[in-house]
Amino acid sequence: MHPAPSLIVFTVLSGLGLGMLFCIGLGFGEGHLFGWVAVPLALLITAVGGAASTLHLARPSRAWRAFSQWRSSWLSREACLMVATVAVFLFYAALWLLADMRLAFLGWLAALLAAGTVYATAMIYAQLATVPRWSLAPTRGLFLAAALLGGLIATEFAARLAGGSAVPTLWLLAALVATAIVFVAWQTAAAGANRRAAGSDMGTATGLGRLGRISAFEAPHTGSNYLLDEMAFRVGRKRAWQLRSLGAALGFGLPLLLTVLAAVMPIGTGFLLLVALVAHAAGMMALRWLFFAEAEHVQALYYGLR
Amino acid sequence: MTSLPERPKKRLGLVIDLDICVGCHACAVACKAWNTQSGGGTGLEDIASVPLSDQEPYGAEPSGTWLNRIHSYEISPGAGAPAQLVHFPKSCLHCDNAPCVTVCPTGASYKRVEDGIVLVNEDACMGCGLCAWACPYGARELDRAAGVMKKCTLCVDRIYDEALPEEDRVPACVRACPAGARAFGDLSDPESEASRLSAARGGMDLMPEQGTKPVNRYLPPRPRDAAAMPAEGPDLAALCQHGGAGEAGDAEPGAAGFLGWVDRALARLEGAN
Repeated sequence: MHPAPSLIVFTVLSGLGLGMLFCIGLGFGEGHLFGWVAVPLALLITAVGGAASTLHLARPSRAWRAFSQWRSSWLSREACLMVATVAVFLFYAALWLLADMRLAFLGWLAALLAAGTVYATAMIYAQLATVPRWSLAPTRGLFLAAALLGGLIATEFAARLAGGSAVPTLWLLAALVATAIVFVAWQTAAAGANRRAAGSDMGTATGLGRLGRISAFEAPHTGSNYLLDEMAFRVGRKRAWQLRSLGAALGFGLPLLLTVLAAVMPIGTGFLLLVALVAHAAGMMALRWLFFAEAEHVQALYYGLR
Repeated sequence: MTSLPERPKKRLGLVIDLDICVGCHACAVACKAWNTQSGGGTGLEDIASVPLSDQEPYGAEPSGTWLNRIHSYEISPGAGAPAQLVHFPKSCLHCDNAPCVTVCPTGASYKRVEDGIVLVNEDACMGCGLCAWACPYGARELDRAAGVMKKCTLCVDRIYDEALPEEDRVPACVRACPAGARAFGDLSDPESEASRLSAARGGMDLMPEQGTKPVNRYLPPRPRDAAAMPAEGPDLAALCQHGGAGEAGDAEPGAAGFLGWVDRALARLEGAN
């Protein structure tokens, strides 16, 4: 599948921002100073991610229509939940920071909605039987774990900036390790899910499989087209191992190191956490690039491609 | 609405005979022509008003939006049986369980209750492309000029148009086929010509494992008579050691620009290890 930059930035940043809303809503972090740092940061990251998603649309002016089909479409549910999350969270944060009333139930509601939004994002990919690497149960865990980890790192960064701490170091380390394990589990499942997992091959695609071995003799067109550009993207797969290593080092390794360092350093921990946050986001983007680039669509079978 | 109708009153679709198709692409050209030029004066401008665009049609890298594409496949039955070349027209199959419809977030994609035709309301489509991802057949293409998803309409603006002579009230592809390889009809009516043809010849579903329940049927090619094989011919296989089109698919296209730079940087990373 074509790894569109807009979708990579959107899924990584909105996941991270929603993870942060989730943590703040659950009551992580204390004090108005923390609130005035964390709330705008969380909303900014979520908003940048949300804005990036519209860049993927060929007709962004019609994006408002995406709120209409929540009964059947996961993409529509994601859009509705995203707006509901931000609305409830804004209300929660306003009462907290302007009227000094941090209402736990409002925060929990925002956290629940944030988790629901990330789940809906994951389901957009997990529902597609046409992409066997995505239509796996662990795909949901992949998005949820990444969002939670990003949220914890970002929340702790905001707390350190405000001179305190919101997430115990042990929790951060545990989340880093647990999320890395979820990523390895997904990668293992995905590596086994080539297109035969759904039972689709050139034989079933053409219905000619029982007559013998099928090979593509001639494509319908000499140039490229939307189908090949979008669903038979094959650039960069041969560098997957290096990119995955880089993503793991930036996304998990470096933040782990910096979290430990921040626990023992007397000063400058805000800066350390900022580097950890940026490295984590960059690593997630590298891994999300692979999430798209390595995914194979059954449609490409008609071209004899993978 | 992007929920599927419980039970369409009809299941209009195509029956494509792979034994007859000669791969002339006339159906694809007729489809492109009709769906680029039609819409005027039929009262159906809202359904089919935007032409199918091309990008650089006379340039170095021409591409464009087509609703019907003709693949060609080679069947190697093995064990001395003769190989077969099959031409394979592919367009929307108007599935009963159309995954492209239910994923649509805007309500632009829908399946008609009255005849089961799957359509896109081009005024509501925001061009997110998710329906094309959900379709296993590659039947939907985003028109890069119009920014909306295009797909086979089963010529909904022809088949009901009483201003046309009766023989023209079939999809343009069916009307154009010089070999008679395409039949059009109601596949829910067992007495229709299309249904009877499909029943007599063992009409197939494409990718039944995807659970889409396609309406269009494909009639399998009859096996070639072994007597048609030359007794002894030149060993052509030895001349193509590097494989045919099927194996070319494993090669990866080169990357240019920013991706090319990343590619080279990652290659150096490998060298360092």
